[in-house]
Amino acid sequence: MVKEVTTNSEGLATGISYINKVDRKEYALKAKTVVLAASACSSARILLNSKSSQHPNGLGNGSDMIGRYLHDSTGSSRTFFIPDLMNRKTYNEDGVGGMHIYSPWWLDNKKLDFPRGYHIEVWGGLNMPSYGFGFGASDLNKYIGGTVGGYGDKLREDVKKFYGSVMGVSGRGECIARKDNYCEIDPTTVDEWGIPVLRFNYTWSDHERKQARHMHNTFEEIMYNVGGVALGEKPGAEKDYGLLNPGRIIHEVGTTRMGNDPRTSVVNQYQQMHEVKNVFVVDGGPFVSQADKNPTWTILALSWRTSEHIINQVKQQNI
Amino acid sequence: MDRRDSMKSLLVGSLAGGLVLKGCAPATTESDQQAPPIAEKYYGRTTDEIVRDNKLLEEHFFTIHELETIATLCDLILPATNSAGSAVEAGVPEFIEFMAKDMPDHQLPLRGGIMWLDSQSNKKFKRLFKLCSPEQHKELLDEIAYPKIDAKTPQPGVQFFTLIRDLTLTGYYTSKMGIEDLAFKGNQPNVWDGVPENVLKDHNVSYDPDWLAKCLDTSKRNDTAKWDDDGNLIT
Repeated sequence: MVKEVTTNSEGLATGISYINKVDRKEYALKAKTVVLAASACSSARILLNSKSSQHPNGLGNGSDMIGRYLHDSTGSSRTFFIPDLMNRKTYNEDGVGGMHIYSPWWLDNKKLDFPRGYHIEVWGGLNMPSYGFGFGASDLNKYIGGTVGGYGDKLREDVKKFYGSVMGVSGRGECIARKDNYCEIDPTTVDEWGIPVLRFNYTWSDHERKQARHMHNTFEEIMYNVGGVALGEKPGAEKDYGLLNPGRIIHEVGTTRMGNDPRTSVVNQYQQMHEVKNVFVVDGGPFVSQADKNPTWTILALSWRTSEHIINQVKQQNI
Repeated sequence: MDRRDSMKSLLVGSLAGGLVLKGCAPATTESDQQAPPIAEKYYGRTTDEIVRDNKLLEEHFFTIHELETIATLCDLILPATNSAGSAVEAGVPEFIEFMAKDMPDHQLPLRGGIMWLDSQSNKKFKRLFKLCSPEQHKELLDEIAYPKIDAKTPQPGVQFFTLIRDLTLTGYYTSKMGIEDLAFKGNQPNVWDGVPENVLKDHNVSYDPDWLAKCLDTSKRNDTAKWDDDGNLIT
């Protein structure tokens, strides 16, 4: 468990100090170059916890940008009962749920009341039963004039009748990165390794709320057209249109943003810290924005570029 | 395993630690049988999870009477059919015992619900629920098994029965027996031909031959990829 990046009198990184989780003791590792890939928030946490006389605001944080512009994908979902999918023949549908459909307004959103866009994931199918399977198994009878409840053979038939007839749709969209959505070191709380933890300051704006409203209208339109019955209540303004709490989509990025201007960004185009040239951040932290899709492949591509850059710089003896 | 053997293993399992109702212990030759440690039974557990699972398996929550009542309810909820075993045969009472310890919020509603049910059957038939006849069981369950048909139905019973029905279904359909009854297919190693032909036909759709030609050549699905020294794929 890395605690902090250690530095010398010139403010350059000399390695890291970490806690061994087995013997619970602190150790130090020396290094010529430090590459952080702890995930966006944890890398920011390590940097903010790495305070020294050269870096009193956290390592490489003269800009006060570390932790800021934190953003996660938006997420809001609804489930539907599809009567046409009752009494299905069973076959392998593992891996078929969770399709990602690109929304047509992604490239032409001029007429929308929110910027950027989202995609819809469709899920459901003849899934392997896990804990919770069969809960309320006969409730869907109320939509087809059947009897809710019961036991015995009737119940067994209900389970099979409705198996694979419920679908879910989830919207996953772009959140607009904002400076005032940020994580910072919590001055009063440490984890079990004695390391100060993060606390979060995050709100959704009308950009995300209107996007989620659009999601729900679209979900209903699609499902109405396939003859589906909406389950549960449609979340309204009082519930931010069902937006899940930030962090739930686990696409958190932005905390060590990339840029050319050291006053408004933390790392350069090679994910190298502006203020500490032998420290790199190769997780989602350097994203200044993210599309509606999963960030991992972009993280891999950027990491590749960073790796080549590090090799070149070492060859040229710059770091 | 028939119902009698299953109940025996259920009772033995619950007494293995000797913590409940010492006076009612079955024959001592059976009492030292132990459930296999969870680490041998399931794969994919972390060390912490194995420790916790084994700890829960060693504890006992329900009394013998409660377990017998649960077993009676389980087999009323899912009795055996011509092709599938009953909930007790699938090990559902053991599953409910485990879940009550794993999720302690279930404990009070289950324990209280069993007492409530016994008091109803005592009032009506002067006997414990587990000792009632099939007709008496039906009469008692019909009052609590259909949540909305009778507004005068006492809520505690409806809530309890809904809970035990949910747990019975989940325990049954996550067992081997239940998965077979449901005809769940799931992934088969190295074989996926898409939606079966007969299902496509039912819906008047078919795969586009142009696209199928671009998909995996199934005759080569067991070939291992090979690369040349420059990293080019040559298979």
